[in-house]
Amino acid sequence: MTNKAASDLSLSRVFVMTLKRDLLLAYRRRNDLVSPLVFFLMVATLFPLGVSPEPQFLSEVAAGVVWVAALLSTLLSMDSLFRSDFDDGSLEQMLLSPQPMALLVVAKVCAHWMISGLPLTIMSPLLAVMLFLPSEGLSALVLTLLIGTPTLSLIGAIGAGLTVGLRKGGVLITLLVLPLYIPVLIFGTGAVQAATGGLPIAGYLAILGAILALGIVLAPLAIAAALKISVSN
Amino acid sequence: MSRPLLDVKDLFCERDDRVLFENLSFSVSRGEVLQIEGPNGSGKTTLLRILSGLSKAFEGELIWNGQALADVRDDFLEALLYFGHLPGVKATLTPEENLRWYAALHPQTDSITERIFDALSNVGLYGYEDVPCHSLSAGQNRRVSLARLYLSRAPLWILDEPFTAIDKRGVAAIEALVETHSQNGGSVILTTHHDLAIKGLRQVHLGGENSTEWGTSGGGK
Repeated sequence: MTNKAASDLSLSRVFVMTLKRDLLLAYRRRNDLVSPLVFFLMVATLFPLGVSPEPQFLSEVAAGVVWVAALLSTLLSMDSLFRSDFDDGSLEQMLLSPQPMALLVVAKVCAHWMISGLPLTIMSPLLAVMLFLPSEGLSALVLTLLIGTPTLSLIGAIGAGLTVGLRKGGVLITLLVLPLYIPVLIFGTGAVQAATGGLPIAGYLAILGAILALGIVLAPLAIAAALKISVSN
Repeated sequence: MSRPLLDVKDLFCERDDRVLFENLSFSVSRGEVLQIEGPNGSGKTTLLRILSGLSKAFEGELIWNGQALADVRDDFLEALLYFGHLPGVKATLTPEENLRWYAALHPQTDSITERIFDALSNVGLYGYEDVPCHSLSAGQNRRVSLARLYLSRAPLWILDEPFTAIDKRGVAAIEALVETHSQNGGSVILTTHHDLAIKGLRQVHLGGENSTEWGTSGGGK
């Protein structure tokens, strides 16, 4: 029993340490953090200029624009998730440590979400207001992004794991991951549109939550396996 | 002492249609230091990656403590310290932060902070604990990684070119550490082009037409 308790303790400790390490690494390279956010903001700023500044039109497409921008911005930041660990050998050390790789991977994805998906979610109301999203849809937008962006990070990490060994993995990640992003996008924007139409969104949220639950359970295993393959070559 | 710690049987590895080694058999017992020798490109690093389990592109048997290595992978990983070509040091973290994370991957019960500082002073980085690694020299970065040897309690060390970019005194210190480790019953498998002055050192030669233990010819192509 005590042995098991001790190993549980060491597991949570290694999770926290890895999470803290990745957050610290991100903090030390703050400049890199800003670019996905700037991208997110730029899409929302340029869109009305490029298409139409009519509030009527914008309010209809706002949910879609914010969601697509969030999705692409997550995708943009995905490639770097394992890159530096792969290049400097930290990934080898993670694979050769007695800790379960899936746990370390969850910690890394969690840190990635905290520095990409979470700020996007927090910024989204601002963009929604800029795009005249009706106020009834605002909470739905934040909620769906809050549930949806971790899923995007988890799925994207599978692609990042598979392509980290390749020199030019960026495009390939997009091809691998984008089809899997589509359901999240559909239910995310669907929920916001339902909310602006005064319809209940519990069903949409339940499906997004189910996708996230599935992702939390299965994606770490897939990511760990993908990284093993990438490192063994 | 009777049973070898790691037993390698009939290892065969091919890379880009070139046979790196075949029928390679050797074993490492507790307290032994084994040097893998061979010219550049003879497959030393590949062999170490196979032994550590990073690479699966081989045929043959790896036996750990009398059991197939793949079956007892968890036990093996707890007993392994792998020092590869890539130092595994994050440039934006300080040596202390780097080692702290590394120590979390290999949990130990006793006070880790003290041991990290001891390890850092052992590799000559006393006073550099809080300097980001990107402002350290290449050799100092290798030393950060080598400090893991002082932290480790793992019985089996696999070291790939541990002396790269290390100065003479550093090399002597690491050599002494390897010797101490083997005297304490640990095993070391390493590659290096340095001449090692370690008692009881065994060598495996790669890169000849036949890869043989105790190789008679040091030749390569």
